[in-house]
Order: sequence, then structure tokens, then C-alpha cells
Amino acid sequence: MDGVIQLQRQLVDYTASLFHEGFLDEQFNQLQQLQDENNPDFVVEVVSLFFEDSERLLNELAKALEQQCVDFKRIDAHVHQLKGSSSSIGAQRVQKACIAFRNYCDEQNTEGCLKCLQQVKHEYSLVKTKLETLFKLQRRVLAAGGSIPKPI
Amino acid sequence: MAAASEVLRRSLPEEVGVSNGSSSTSEELHVLAVDDSHVDRKFIEQLLKISSCKVTAVESGTRALQYLGLDGEKNSVGFNDLKVNLIMTDYSMPGMTGYELLKKIKESSAFREIPVVIMSSENILARIDRCLEEGAEEFIVKPVKLSDVKRLKDFITRGEGEENEKRRILKRKMEDDVFSLSSQLPASDLVSSELESSTPSSTLYISTKRTKLLDRG
Repeated sequence: MDGVIQLQRQLVDYTASLFHEGFLDEQFNQLQQLQDENNPDFVVEVVSLFFEDSERLLNELAKALEQQCVDFKRIDAHVHQLKGSSSSIGAQRVQKACIAFRNYCDEQNTEGCLKCLQQVKHEYSLVKTKLETLFKLQRRVLAAGGSIPKPI
Repeated sequence: MAAASEVLRRSLPEEVGVSNGSSSTSEELHVLAVDDSHVDRKFIEQLLKISSCKVTAVESGTRALQYLGLDGEKNSVGFNDLKVNLIMTDYSMPGMTGYELLKKIKESSAFREIPVVIMSSENILARIDRCLEEGAEEFIVKPVKLSDVKRLKDFITRGEGEENEKRRILKRKMEDDVFSLSSQLPASDLVSSELESSTPSSTLYISTKRTKLLDRG
């Protein structure tokens, strides 16, 4: 059916653009490889956990940086966690922003940290939107009777 | 890896007896995964499932020790049904680190022979050395790959395969001795023997039919 082919084409192109623009890296392909008929929602589930974790951590970071006496160790621990989970799902730009953030933590530079927090929030918000769009496209393909092409 | 395989070799038991099969099939490895990150726990769980392993995923070293029954609490009977063949733990965790968990496991006579693999997002040489010195089988820099799991599976299965081979040799020798002693006895008096390891970390169950031996000239 033309409709399905078009939708699949759209999905493939959109996915490719996310990789091309650096939002996602190879690790995201690894996730897709792990999805099978026994766990057909694996990628959506693990990405949802990432969204939950990230939002919690971003709140904690904002609070920690508002304190009179900034606890850099604690902030570093949170950023480390965020870096880890973004790496695990392939959210490359978020991961990179976290690396920069940790450098400012090491320097105990509050200004720098605040800037980095904004940057991480921004990247997170972007990748969240992109992934939600990706999943919507996937659902459309499935609803039209097509299948989601597995990465090579 | 040669040193590591020594860990899996153990001296053969003197007594032989029957071992009950555990509730997991003897081919499926049971892995205990420890990680404080939700995302990573979900990921490693799927990685292991896809690789046909049974998985128990816990969020902390404390929980891991509870599961194994090493937390000092009265041993929960139910938990020893599924033998753990491999422990994979994150290094950086709040409370008890993966390194501390590793130490506790290696200090335990019941569990020290279970291979422990440390996972970490940070590639720090001193950390790696410390873990390997404490007896970790491997140190894997995250993200863990399917090929890592395959390698670990092969390593563990091969280790147990070598154990089976040793037991078969022991068994044959014992049966030879018994056969020569009991060649006067009727076949019905001879009981088929089963072998097991008396150490808790393996539950290999091998049975052979003694009557086959009697057929030999």
C-alpha cells in the first residue's frame, strides 16, 4: 500500500536525520536491536525511564544550584547519573552537555554550572521532542499495517 | 583469563550423591544484575534476556546481598532455588559500591566462586586494577554489549563443561573399581550412580546407567 510505504519512508528519513544531527548515536541502534516480539515496547519503555530519571535529576540540579552553599559533590553525582543514562540510550548531545557540566563542577564554578544546566535542559528538551515524534511515526507505521525497519 | 578460569576449577568432591535439579534449566545461566540506575537495569535485563539468560535485577549491593542470603538475616529458604551463575554489578552506586559488594562476595565461602563482573561508565585504570585484584572476573566499560554477554556466557559454560568432564572421568574410574569388586554380584544389586558437586555454586546433575558398563566384556 502506498500509504504504508510513504510512512515507512518518512520514519526511516526522520530516524536518519536524528543520527545525522547528533541527537542519537549508535547506542540507540543497540536498543532497537534488543527489541523483539517478546518485548515489543522495549525501546519506548527504556526511553520513558530515561525521561523520568532526567526530569527528576534536572529538578534536583536546579535546587542544588539555588542553595547558599552549593554542594558541588552532590551536583557532580547527579550529573554523573544523567550522563550515564543518556549514554545508555544513545542521547549523545545530552551526554556531551553533561561532560562539560562536570568540568565546571570540578572547578567549583557556580556560574559555569548554571550555564551548563541550561544547556543540558535545552538538549534534553530537544531530544525528548525528537524521540516522541519518532515514536509517533513508528505507531503510525504499525497502525497502517507496516513494520518498523530494524537498524542494520 | 587463564587465572580467572582457575577460579572455576575446584577440587573434586570425595562424596558423591544426588543433586536435585534447580528450577532453572541447567543450560540457562542465571545472572544477578546490580545497578542503581533504572535505565541501566532495564537495559542489562533485556540484553541478558535476549541472550537466553535468566535475570534477577536489583538496585543496590544491599539488595544483592539480601537476595543471596548474605545479609546476616536468617537465610530465606526460597531464594536458594535459583543458583546464581554470574553477578554483574555497577561500580558507582550510593551506599555500597560495586567494589564493596565484590569484596563481600569474595569473602563468603558460599559465594566466592561465582564470577563477578564490574561495569562502569568510567575507564579508570586504578579502579580496574583494584577490582581485578579483588577477584573480579572482568571489568566492562559501559555500555555493555551483546558480545560482552556472549563472551561471559561462553566462559562460564566452558568452565562448567570442564567440570563435567572431570566428573565423568572420576565417575568412570569409580565405576571401574566397583565393577571389578562386584563382578560376582547380579546386575539388580548395582545401583546407578549420580554425581554432584558438594559446593553450593553448581548444581550439575549427571546420571549414568550402570548396566551399560556391565555389557562390557
